[in-house]
Amino acid sequence: MSVQAAARLRGKDLVGIDPLSAGEIQLLLDTAEQMRDIAARPIKKVPALRGKTVVNLFFEASTRTRFSFEVAEKRLSADSLNFAAAASSVSKGETLIDTALNLEAMQPDFIVLRHQYAGAPHQLARILKSSVINAGDGAHEHPTQALLDALTIRLKRGSLEGLVVAIVGDLQHSRVVRSNILLLSRMGAKVRVAGPPSLIPPGMGEMGCEVYGRMEDAIAGADVVMMLRIQLERQGRMNFPTVREYYDFFALTPERLKLARKDCLVMHPGPMNRGVEIDSRVADGPQSVILEQVTNGVAVRMAVLYLLAGGHGEPTAD
Amino acid sequence: MHRVQVLDARGISRALERMAAELVEQVGDEKLLYFVGVQTRGVPLARRLANLVADATGHEPPVGALDISLYRDDVGPWRAAHQQPILRDTELPVAIDKKVICLVDDVLYTGRTVRAALDTLMDYGRPQAIRLAVLIDRGHRELPVAADYVGRVVPTSRAEDVQVHLKESDGEEGVWIAKEVGK
Repeated sequence: MSVQAAARLRGKDLVGIDPLSAGEIQLLLDTAEQMRDIAARPIKKVPALRGKTVVNLFFEASTRTRFSFEVAEKRLSADSLNFAAAASSVSKGETLIDTALNLEAMQPDFIVLRHQYAGAPHQLARILKSSVINAGDGAHEHPTQALLDALTIRLKRGSLEGLVVAIVGDLQHSRVVRSNILLLSRMGAKVRVAGPPSLIPPGMGEMGCEVYGRMEDAIAGADVVMMLRIQLERQGRMNFPTVREYYDFFALTPERLKLARKDCLVMHPGPMNRGVEIDSRVADGPQSVILEQVTNGVAVRMAVLYLLAGGHGEPTAD
Repeated sequence: MHRVQVLDARGISRALERMAAELVEQVGDEKLLYFVGVQTRGVPLARRLANLVADATGHEPPVGALDISLYRDDVGPWRAAHQQPILRDTELPVAIDKKVICLVDDVLYTGRTVRAALDTLMDYGRPQAIRLAVLIDRGHRELPVAADYVGRVVPTSRAEDVQVHLKESDGEEGVWIAKEVGK
């Protein structure tokens, strides 16, 4: 099965991987691959989105994603406006919808939203005429992260089809894992997940992945190992006894990596907790593609902006 | 669909041979020449012209490919299509600075593609000069653009479609004018 790229994206928004077809994912990845070349040019800017306005609406802390979107917008010649919740009327009690409607009254073309509540981008997508791009909603989805992970794997392996991808860590609080399971299984990869039982949400197996309690079983023979960050700030209390114990059972160490295929790729969405979920010798080792993920993130976000700018697609369905 | 052939394989070859001969004569120093084809059918034509120049002079000029999608003027509120063009490779194997670029496309029509191609090239460097070679000039310019080397001038109406088919991309070789029956 080789997936034929779609001619265009159907929706006006990118709220998640879930609404995308395999053909649309293929189109996004093909376009992102071309966008990568722009960074290698003497002038790293093209006029494709000249005159378009993008509001980066971030209600949660983010360095990588916000910066990556901003670089992508600038490389396409769009005008970026940055919104930080702490310095805004949100601190005066304004609701998300009122904030968004007020921003839309200034006629932006895109709203890039990072919000702590799952479904926030979907709600804005239904209300607003602008294209809404989900930059992470609660523990729900982070579609551009899954796309950049897929692009990174595809550039190294040629295709996603038939690959075994093991995702290890805090499955409970991770939006990255949900978007990745949806995307990778839709594109023909086999996904295995592993983590401490207290951090595996019920129903995980029904998303189309195999669930393992032992990390060693999940990464045995894997083509890719993707480590998730232990999100200490999202947990009321830690769901495992100590960070030291977590390292002993679920950190990617050079010894554990030997269980995977010899050419297995090591990935991490960042920011890394070195010495907690990943050993520095692995994070900085020859199999690590962690910094390439960051480079590819810009290309993927350029592709999303470019393709959404193309058509007044159908509004996001309820 | 009704179509009339205006050039066959032999006609295309002869047109390209004549254009290559003119190019060599007018550019003078063939070592400066650099062929850049506009995606998609300009690319095989650029390669053929480069081969003809190599046969005539013994010097093989570099050949590149240019995708102009990100520089088009038909996106935005005045956009005609409801989808973005699919991006294709841009490959310029050596720097274009100080070279005489021969931009190659299959059909010259409104001139808008050429405008976009010029802007794209300028973002890659500063050539000494840019020349334009097209296999077919079908008229109906909307911008002040003229080709330096033309294979064949073909008067058309806007309702007609000029189809350039090359063996590299289409499996058959020839140029046709096609018209929807009843138009």
